[in-house]
Amino acid sequence: MIELRGLTRHFRVGDQTVRALQDVSLTIPDGDYLALMGPSGSGKSTLLHILGCLDRPTGGMYALDGREVGSLPENELAAVRSRKIGFVFQFFHLVPRLTAAENVELPMVLAGMRPAERRARMTKALAAVGLTDRAAHRPDQLSGGQRQRVAIARATVMGPSILLADEPTGNLDRASGHEIIELLERMNGGGLTLVVVTHDPEVGQRARHILKLVDGRIASDGGSP
Amino acid sequence: MSLGDLMAFAWRALRGHRLRTILTLLGMSIGVGAVVLLTALGEGARGYVTNEFMALGSNLLIVLPGKTETTGNAPILGGTIRPMTLEDCEAIQRRVPRVRRLAPLSVGSARVGYGERRREVTVLGSTPELLPVRHLEIAVGRFLPDVDLDRGAPVAVIGRTVQEELFGGANPLGQPIRIGDWRFRVVGVMAAKGQSLGLNMDDVVIVPVTSSMRLFNQPSLFRILIEVGAHSEIDQARREVLGVLRERHEGEEDVTVLTQDSVLGAFDRILGALTLALAGIAAISLSVAGIGIMNVMLVSVSERTPEVGLLKALGAPPRQILKVFLVEAVMLSAAGGLLGLLIGYLGSSILSRAFPALPAHPPAWAVSAAVIVSLLAGGLFGVLPARRAARLDPVLALAGR
Ligand SMILES: Nc1ncnc2c1ncn2[C@@H]1O[C@H](COP(=O)(O)OP(=O)(O)OP(=O)(O)O)[C@@H](O)[C@H]1O
Ligand SMILES: [Mg+2]
Repeated sequence: MIELRGLTRHFRVGDQTVRALQDVSLTIPDGDYLALMGPSGSGKSTLLHILGCLDRPTGGMYALDGREVGSLPENELAAVRSRKIGFVFQFFHLVPRLTAAENVELPMVLAGMRPAERRARMTKALAAVGLTDRAAHRPDQLSGGQRQRVAIARATVMGPSILLADEPTGNLDRASGHEIIELLERMNGGGLTLVVVTHDPEVGQRARHILKLVDGRIASDGGSP
Repeated sequence: MSLGDLMAFAWRALRGHRLRTILTLLGMSIGVGAVVLLTALGEGARGYVTNEFMALGSNLLIVLPGKTETTGNAPILGGTIRPMTLEDCEAIQRRVPRVRRLAPLSVGSARVGYGERRREVTVLGSTPELLPVRHLEIAVGRFLPDVDLDRGAPVAVIGRTVQEELFGGANPLGQPIRIGDWRFRVVGVMAAKGQSLGLNMDDVVIVPVTSSMRLFNQPSLFRILIEVGAHSEIDQARREVLGVLRERHEGEEDVTVLTQDSVLGAFDRILGALTLALAGIAAISLSVAGIGIMNVMLVSVSERTPEVGLLKALGAPPRQILKVFLVEAVMLSAAGGLLGLLIGYLGSSILSRAFPALPAHPPAWAVSAAVIVSLLAGGLFGVLPARRAARLDPVLALAGR
């Protein structure tokens, strides 16, 4: 469960302070499906990064599964990311010189998992996104939609509890964007908490909740659309 | 992340930039190769000189006028130098029983002519003892006659080159030659010997020592070569010779006695320094190679900033990012080091095959130093880029900033 209380994130740029997030309070129960929407620059990505423990809030409280993580040191944040968080990015962020299979194995390699278990999990994860026959292909040999599916397999292979996607369809055509959203929703159906940042109202409508940000504040906590 | 995984990951990254990797490898391998090859060259020179002086025989004393420190420093001349004379030789022979053979030596340069032909030649003056003391051989005729030391004789023994230049195919035995304004009769021709101690022994004329000292108007001998019975006696003999000469020179020690050991020691020091200097030059190229590695790794980190961001997003702590890039740098430099060893060994084996007189074998200390330094260089010069990567902010890195 994710709980934010009075969360703020300020950036210092020269002698100015950019208030990217202001007084954000929010509870996301396990297995929830949340769409983060709002105009450009409203703080969606910033919030997602904090939720994913990639970034730390300037003020307020962030409790993940009952543990205050907002002020943890780097090493412990990394451990939280490794165990609990899966990221999906707009630009896929696959390692270009590695095959699809190796990209999926990467988080397990970093976690020091044994090769046999790595292979078994990777095979399952690639099968789950329907790319078993592309395991040996490098990213430049895959379509955009296929790359994002590899990224989803990589984000879920460690068995995280939260899946965070920052405009996962932003770089795809409608059809493959649709496929990706369905895939993410299937993961959510399996029990993962899913938070999707999107500009696309059609994508947003599908979520259980829509959270609208304007100028770093929650404008509407829409409940069900 | 296990070491095997780290290395596999680094290997992919290095293979991904083939040209850059090969060029960096080349830089490192040239550095290591230079260390190996240049020190091999230095050691080769040392071996060459050692062999050259070994040929002297280890029971030879060389007496020269003037007090010279034999530590390889400049000569220190103290007081007046009395001439070293034939009487000194006789005294040594009489009073130092350890002396087995003794050959005085005077050296000059003169125009030597036969008929219409002339040649500028080094003229050595000595006694019959020179033959065994310097391990010389006669090809035709005989060596200098065994007359009293202080009696000159108008006879000469010529080297192989002198014979060819002055006589061509004709028989030189019994023929008159001119040395300066003097006339000598050729009694023998030396067997070819070649270069020895900086003198081409084929291009000399040897005459009785008294004759050459008069010919060149020299009051002092150039050297006295003394052979003792055994190597173990050499220090004692040296002291006794010095004692006799000091006594004859009014208590002043104004001669220097060199032994093979002392000469070798001096050369050894000089050439050891030379080898070190070569190693220093090579070390510079090694550190340049290290900086090359740092440069490549910095470029790599800045190119792969989004990748670093990804690794962090996937849960890699800073230490792990550090390891990823360090392993890459060390692999790069180690591979370069190995390639360099190969180049160095290949080069020195070609060298010693091309110049057999130069035993150019890379010394073990230089080889191990080069390998260790190349490994360290990767670690050392890899640290800065790796730390830069490890400290990147994950969000900014993901955005490529
Ligand atoms: N590292 C930073 N330094 C300074 N300002 C930043 C930084 N990151 C974000 N900001 C600012 O914070 C605000 C929110 O940025 P954020 O990226 O979260 O917006 P966003 O809602 O994701 O926008 P978009 O829809 O365009 O992706 C913006 O005004 C942005 O300029
Ligand atoms: Mg954004």
